[in-house]
Amino acid sequence: MNYFAVWTIYKQEMARTKRTLFQSVVSPVISTCLYFVVFGSAIGSRITEIDGVSYGAFIVPGLIMLSLLTQSVTNASFGIYFPKFIGTIYEVLSAPISFFEIVLGYVGTAATKAMFLAMIILATAHLFVPLEIAHPFWMLLFMVLTALTFSLLGFIIGIWADNFEKLQVIPLLIITPLAFLGGTFYSISMLPPVWQTVSLFNPVVYLVSGFRWSFYEIADVSVGVSLAMVGLFLGLCLAIVWWIFRTGYQIKS
Amino acid sequence: MDPMISISGLSKTYASGFHALKDVNLDIKPGEIFALLGPNGAGKTTLISIICGIVTPSEGSVTVDGHDIVRHYRATRSLIGLVPQELTTDTFETVWNTVKFSRGLFGKRSDPAFIEKTLKELTLWDKKDSQIMTLSGGMKRRVMIAKALSHQPQVLFLDEPTAGVDVELRKDMWGLVRGLREAGVTIILTTHYIEEAEEIADRIGVINNGELILVENTAELMRKLGKKQLTLELHKKIDAVPAELSQHNLELAADGGALVYTYDTQADRTGITALLRDLHEAGIRFRDLQTTQSSLEEIFVSLLRTDT
Repeated sequence: MNYFAVWTIYKQEMARTKRTLFQSVVSPVISTCLYFVVFGSAIGSRITEIDGVSYGAFIVPGLIMLSLLTQSVTNASFGIYFPKFIGTIYEVLSAPISFFEIVLGYVGTAATKAMFLAMIILATAHLFVPLEIAHPFWMLLFMVLTALTFSLLGFIIGIWADNFEKLQVIPLLIITPLAFLGGTFYSISMLPPVWQTVSLFNPVVYLVSGFRWSFYEIADVSVGVSLAMVGLFLGLCLAIVWWIFRTGYQIKS
Repeated sequence: MDPMISISGLSKTYASGFHALKDVNLDIKPGEIFALLGPNGAGKTTLISIICGIVTPSEGSVTVDGHDIVRHYRATRSLIGLVPQELTTDTFETVWNTVKFSRGLFGKRSDPAFIEKTLKELTLWDKKDSQIMTLSGGMKRRVMIAKALSHQPQVLFLDEPTAGVDVELRKDMWGLVRGLREAGVTIILTTHYIEEAEEIADRIGVINNGELILVENTAELMRKLGKKQLTLELHKKIDAVPAELSQHNLELAADGGALVYTYDTQADRTGITALLRDLHEAGIRFRDLQTTQSSLEEIFVSLLRTDT
């Protein structure tokens, strides 16, 4: 195992975040604060409580999850697409590194960045609403698994994309709508029965539900099902990444 | 002596169906400078990319220092440094950081003293904190070399290293290459500047349409395939080559003031003595003579014409 190479990729990618601090950290935090203002204050004043939790506090896990999903995908997809785009990927491919180590370096960085941001948003949310975390271990577990899974998905997108439009199309047209419709701002029990059933096909519902349970012990689906769905999606992403490196898809001719 | 690189039956067909390499067999000796010549699209970069692990071979095998490039990729890649043809660097990075990054990828801890030495040798020390985007093309090329040397490789691939580089830098670069060879590094280079290959390479391989059509010691290649010409400047201009000299391979210069005799240096007899005798008997006097040998470039062009 070439640990030092993994560490080198990790440091390089983290250094890129420092260089683009405003875009990488400040901008998503501001966006999330705006969600608090718009949804928490404006709409929250009309919805007093959901399952005994104030609306402002109710949306916090959803907002953290929204940020975690989008940041994991964006960071990981750009992280691997950028060296492909500028041609420096040759350096990684010709170094004595296994595919697993390459994934570990890029996905590890993307997951770290996303989790760092999620923590900042959690701290920021604490300024707006009183928060309680009933199960910190489960909160952390959901956070780590989600960051890893969606970073792997981002990595797959970055490998698949051969232009900037493709790089953006899945995060913008699939991930963001799924996140918005996945119970970020509401409980799916508030929907008509048909839409409740439809929502169960949205994987983000399970992530948000499990994550919210770790805060307030309220969930749309049982925590075991949520965990199983995260595990299933993680396994699926790992299988696709394994196939990519086995075949050299979009990386090696 | 065991070869540093051994290529056996190597073929590559891309997904598009393009047959980039066809059954290439080649041994490269430790410590030699091997120049790979060939026109654009001949397969030079594909060959290098396979050895470095960037392209997957379709058939055949390659060993580096006795290790198979697929099964023992960590061992082989650790030995290799690559300077690619394109100036591909992270333009937002500083020179120091990008070189340090390259070293790290090879599992080596940062060695500031070594990186400083490398940057100084490549006259990049003053630019160590500059972003790569601020450097000239020549400077970027030096950065690429510094990155390739950052992990102290035993084999260095230089894919068109002097493309777009000014004369002074080119000389510096070849000086560096000679220095590396003296340090025992095996160097494989491709270049379009054939005279450079002639000057610097120990052996030359010519590749065309994916086939290695010739591998030869540079001096031997020049000796075997190089034609020599004897030019005789005449006292008086003539209209045509006299009939009594027709058995000699003579050409009359356009202005009629010189006769050019082409001969084979490898032949038992060059025919020069007989030519001079016949010239004397024909009453043709000359006031000067000179010999010239065909350049590697002429040999290269001739080989490609023969091959196609």
